[in-house]
Amino acid sequence: MASLNINNASKSYGKTAVLHDVDIEVDEGEFLVLVGPSGCGKSTLLNMIAGLESVTGGSIEIDDAVVNELPPADRDIAMVFQSYALYPNMTVAKNIAFGLEMRKVPKAERQKAVAQVAELLQIEPLLNRKPAQLSGGQRQRVAMGRALVRDPKIFLFDEPLSNLDAKLRVEMRTEIKKLHQRLGTTIVYVTHDQIEAMTMATRIAVMQGGYLQQLGTPKSIYDRPANTFVATFMGSPPMNLIPATVNKSEAAVSLSVSYGDGKQSDISVPADVRPEQLVDGQEVLLGLRPEWFELVYSDGATSDAGARAWRFLHEVTITEPTGPDLLCVLNFNEQTEVVVRLDADAGVEAGDTIELSALLEKAVLFDKLGGEALNNTP
Amino acid sequence: MNAVIDAGAIADTVRRRRRSHLIGRIFIYSGLLLLAAFFITPLLVMLMTSFKTMPEIRSGNLLSLPTSLNTDAWRLAWSEACISVSCEGLNGYFWNSMKIVIPAVVLSVAFGALNGYVLTKWQFPGANLVFGLMLFGCFIPFQIVLIPMAKTLGFLGIAGTTPGLVLVHFIYGISFTTLFFRNFYVSVPDDLIKSARIDGAGFWRIFTRILLPLSWPIVIVAIIWQFTNVWNDFLFGVSFAAGTDQPITVALNNLVNTSTGVKAYNVDMAGAMIAALPTILVYVVAGRYFLRGLMSGAVKG
Ligand SMILES: Nc1ncnc2c1ncn2[C@@H]1O[C@H](COP(=O)(O)OP(=O)(O)OP(=O)(O)O)[C@@H](O)[C@H]1O
Ligand SMILES: [Mg+2]
Repeated sequence: MASLNINNASKSYGKTAVLHDVDIEVDEGEFLVLVGPSGCGKSTLLNMIAGLESVTGGSIEIDDAVVNELPPADRDIAMVFQSYALYPNMTVAKNIAFGLEMRKVPKAERQKAVAQVAELLQIEPLLNRKPAQLSGGQRQRVAMGRALVRDPKIFLFDEPLSNLDAKLRVEMRTEIKKLHQRLGTTIVYVTHDQIEAMTMATRIAVMQGGYLQQLGTPKSIYDRPANTFVATFMGSPPMNLIPATVNKSEAAVSLSVSYGDGKQSDISVPADVRPEQLVDGQEVLLGLRPEWFELVYSDGATSDAGARAWRFLHEVTITEPTGPDLLCVLNFNEQTEVVVRLDADAGVEAGDTIELSALLEKAVLFDKLGGEALNNTP
Repeated sequence: MNAVIDAGAIADTVRRRRRSHLIGRIFIYSGLLLLAAFFITPLLVMLMTSFKTMPEIRSGNLLSLPTSLNTDAWRLAWSEACISVSCEGLNGYFWNSMKIVIPAVVLSVAFGALNGYVLTKWQFPGANLVFGLMLFGCFIPFQIVLIPMAKTLGFLGIAGTTPGLVLVHFIYGISFTTLFFRNFYVSVPDDLIKSARIDGAGFWRIFTRILLPLSWPIVIVAIIWQFTNVWNDFLFGVSFAAGTDQPITVALNNLVNTSTGVKAYNVDMAGAMIAALPTILVYVVAGRYFLRGLMSGAVKG
């Protein structure tokens, strides 16, 4: 168990900068997930932590000691690769023991350690096989075994589940999470799958184009995205971003939202946005997750929805049942499509006009120009 | 009516397909057999002639079988035939060739493997330029390097010696072996190397424990390639080796050209067979790995 400190780390290959001042602190026993679209520099950052890539700016500390110049073997880390990278010429047992052998651990001890790990991962029957004779899931386990056997300070995972089929991926996800709970070792885990990130992490670092966009718990990333990129990258379907305009006078401030056909609502500003942050006429985006809408069963008469909700009537364009939920797509205008997650038994069909109430106390407000969230999250 | 499937018509089509397939096969196989016969005939003629006696050769047909397995010609070629001035047969030269081939093959394959490893897995700035230059070595004709090579060997003081010839073959072969190994190692995933580095293996340990055990197909390719090239070399042998240090190819030439009276075709053929035997043996023993090795880079992905 160890803490990891990434201090303004940056990386460039010649003139191309790949990472820009990434600053992350990972406490002992944390499960940090690096997530982001392809090519955003996740693997590069992980390789820098491992010592496989040099650090061109800033520093990386493990247990408060700078390790920038330390070779990978001396950092006491273990890594699981997307390709598993099992040594094809060695049996499973030899694969697992190789790291110990290189560290001159006596043979008897090695065998004991291998047996222990094999039992933990339930791969005892495979110990004498070569990697080519294993299925994808079994290879994945062996790769994990190779990392576990050394009992390192930090585990690094680079998309370890992306070569597995959907069912196995979900199983292994749970298994890795259990292992983490059991061993308590610090983990840095790379994925581009936002569901994996949400389910496994104690904290998530969302990256894009070599920049760290947001660092926080899964809940804070989901509920309070720092900008529109995070809002749309995390969550499936993504957060709805509804254009609105600020109406500000001496006495009050509100937002006006138009939702097609000249229909317009005047709604209150989310509570954690301070009025002095807004100017009259400012273009903003109102961020609402699909499940932050509720179906209102009424006779159509617009009653007072209360200060913290926004009630409106709209036609449903398409419905998409997912099993547990019913996703309804509403076309506000040509640019703006709003997806609403309703109960599977809501009984709504395409073409119906429904009344919805948006939970404004959850809403996130983004500046349309910069894309930054305007909420003051504690 | 289209509900009823005409079973007869389908059977007909199937039969017709099968027949045309069979005709195609016959055509292909007879072609292959013909070509095989064409290629093996010279070898068979050599082999048969080497077991004949001189009167038999004079009287008989080139393609007739020898009446008995007469090994005199082989014995003569091996230990008694006159080459230039001495009459001790080819055996000394055979061992000369071995003394040249074995170190030259071992060195060029070993360094080729090492070069391929460094060029792919420990990329340094300019690695591709270095590789390009080495590749260039594959396309330099023998004749061009003769004079500079002679100068170099003279400068090193090993002109006309076996080590000198070994050096020439080693240097010439290294571009080919580097090319082989480099292309093979490119297809070995870098993650393996990264993983081994994290496991604590260093430069040599990664090479010997991880890469070399994977490399046998390409090692065989490189060995066969180098062995046949060095063994069959004539030009470097005749240029850079003197007198009794000459390789068997040069000696064979001298044997055939040293004419004292009647031309002993059987001895010439036996000598040629002796000179060709090691390469044939290498192919027979390792040949089936050759193709596999050549293909393996492509299949791996
Ligand atoms: N050796 C290199 N030279 C130049 N650029 C590189 C090099 N290696 C990686 N890059 C660039 O760095 C960026 C980040 O690459 P990286 O592999 O870290 O992405 P990633 O986030 O892991 O993506 P993925 O999800 O596809 O694995 C990419 O744009 C890539 O083109
Ligand atoms: Mg990656």
